[in-house]
Amino acid sequence: MFEKVWQTHVVEPGDPTLLYTDMHLVHEVTSPQAFASLEQAGRKVRRPDLTFATVDHGIPTTGRHLGILDPLSKRQVEALRDNCARHGIVMYGIDDPRQGIVHVVGPEQGLTQPGMVIVCGDSHTSTHGAFGALAFGIGTSEVEHVLATQTIWQTPPSSMAVEVSGRLPWGVAAKDLILGIITQIGVAGGTRHVIEYRGETIRGLSMEQRMTICNMSIEGGARAGMIAPDATTIAFIEGRPFAPKDANWDAAVSAWESLVTDEEAVFDKVVSIDASSLIPHVTWGVNPAQTVRVDGVVPSPDSFDDAQQRDTTIRALAYMGLEPGTAISDISIDHVFLGSCTNGRIEDLRAAARVVEGRKVDRRVSAVVVPGSMQVKAQAEAEGLDAVFLAAGFEWRDAGCSSCLAMNPDVIPSGERVASTSNRNYEGRQGRGARTHLVSPAMAAAAAVAGHFVDVREWEGQ
Amino acid sequence: MKPVRVVRGTMVPLDRADVDTDQIIPQRFLKRIERHGYGEFVFYNWAHHDDDSPIEDFITNRPERSHARILVAGRNFGCGSSREHAPWALQDWGFDAVIAPSTADIFRNNSANIGLLVVELPENDVRRLMEMAVDPAATITIDLERQTVVGEGLEATFDFDPSAKERLLGGLDWIGMTLTHEESIARHEMGRPAWLPVSTGSETS
Repeated sequence: MFEKVWQTHVVEPGDPTLLYTDMHLVHEVTSPQAFASLEQAGRKVRRPDLTFATVDHGIPTTGRHLGILDPLSKRQVEALRDNCARHGIVMYGIDDPRQGIVHVVGPEQGLTQPGMVIVCGDSHTSTHGAFGALAFGIGTSEVEHVLATQTIWQTPPSSMAVEVSGRLPWGVAAKDLILGIITQIGVAGGTRHVIEYRGETIRGLSMEQRMTICNMSIEGGARAGMIAPDATTIAFIEGRPFAPKDANWDAAVSAWESLVTDEEAVFDKVVSIDASSLIPHVTWGVNPAQTVRVDGVVPSPDSFDDAQQRDTTIRALAYMGLEPGTAISDISIDHVFLGSCTNGRIEDLRAAARVVEGRKVDRRVSAVVVPGSMQVKAQAEAEGLDAVFLAAGFEWRDAGCSSCLAMNPDVIPSGERVASTSNRNYEGRQGRGARTHLVSPAMAAAAAVAGHFVDVREWEGQ
Repeated sequence: MKPVRVVRGTMVPLDRADVDTDQIIPQRFLKRIERHGYGEFVFYNWAHHDDDSPIEDFITNRPERSHARILVAGRNFGCGSSREHAPWALQDWGFDAVIAPSTADIFRNNSANIGLLVVELPENDVRRLMEMAVDPAATITIDLERQTVVGEGLEATFDFDPSAKERLLGGLDWIGMTLTHEESIARHEMGRPAWLPVSTGSETS
């Protein structure tokens, strides 16, 4: 599948290859310098019609009628608005009912389709690979290059298959599967590789679950993650605003159907994982591979043979304020963040709402839901999920990246601990000194109620 | 971009693995719309107390390191986000090169695009550099043309992407270079399937 997508986008073969990009997604943080130097060089945006912008990273998720109070974030959003207006680029601004996190909005609007090459100045662009698109994050110089040429130079990557077998048990989420995969391959295990997630388990996942998995490919160091399109993919796209219509739809579907997983394909690296043996995961450290099962304990530095890993563990435990041997279920939390491009979609909110329904958030915990897009928010409200969350004591916010990277006012205070459905538990990621534990939406919801981590499987279905 | 051929200078050793882009430059400093002025924010959370006063012992704050040009780091340096602010900040601080056993893909690309030389050396050679770098006056030379790193008691060679090398050595305007392929780009555009989406074509917009 990867080979086919790559080959159909080659403009100039070789190492590196010049690839054509079908869609360039743009947001306010990594683009202003690109537009500025593009204009300085007297160049134009080659294909505004293959470029799409929304605001997500720095915008507030509450009190939007007041405008953006942070003058720097305001200037970034205004710069994007002006740049898009000047170059004829469609932008969903802060007041648009379709605004949201760029990696939620693209698929939701049907802009993300199988077989495309998609780029964006954001590492979680890998999300779009869930549709069988080749999608990867780029830097600002590359953003400028794509604006000017609609192409990008790429070194042909190595290939890696992650074969997933066995049924995902009840109460175990796609998030637990990808955390399990990253723990197995390590945070640099995918470097220079494009991962294809394959196998019966992957075929059985919804598009939301597939997006969660592809989203975190970058946390394993991979350049991209892909899942071959199938009937689930096609059903998801059909009828969305930018989905092909009429005769184009038939042509598109037959093209997509040719992108099936090649059972005979040979990969440079193969990793296998049995999903049926998984249980919910919780990260204990400062990178997404520092993860244990919810019934486990915080590891000891002595449990690692490698000197650098021991050193990293000591540092991580100090930052996280944790003692080796502490049971995960004994770790109390101060905050819950439910949202992000990893877990801010409708299914994620449904999974969390099922857990909190009829329960109350622990009084020591401050819990927020930040839907991945305003469309997700509207859908959730139509289903009454907002009422469930509000009754339980959650805050119900507007869409954006929010606490995932804390570029907006949603900063977790220093020394406080958060159960988060986002993708990175790096030091300072959610606020300077903030202590992040990555979990699935259901696990985050259960932690909000209990005030500490619990095995959500003991609650589900009750 | 200025051409990059030889980087000769002293080092800053940062013996940590998996240094992510949030450590290189924390997110709250990404709100500017300019390309420069990020140097003071390098490793900010490690280099400053909570009240923003500098931690004097942190290596990038040591006066004897202030003229260093080469950062020597642990494996998987630059993992995480695609922010080009990370190499911008390192360059603004004064670094012209980073040496590590391995580096993250996007970080390596971004660095090549702005003329920050990123060199991957075997773990043993990096270990040797870490030891040498204890002496703030120890000087090494990275020669991109020859793909060598030379210092006292060390002579190592490294692999380097040939096209990135050509661009760095020439200080080339790569967009200008790509635009010389205009014919191929236009030909590809002619052959694109009609069903592919255009952002301006939504029926609901």
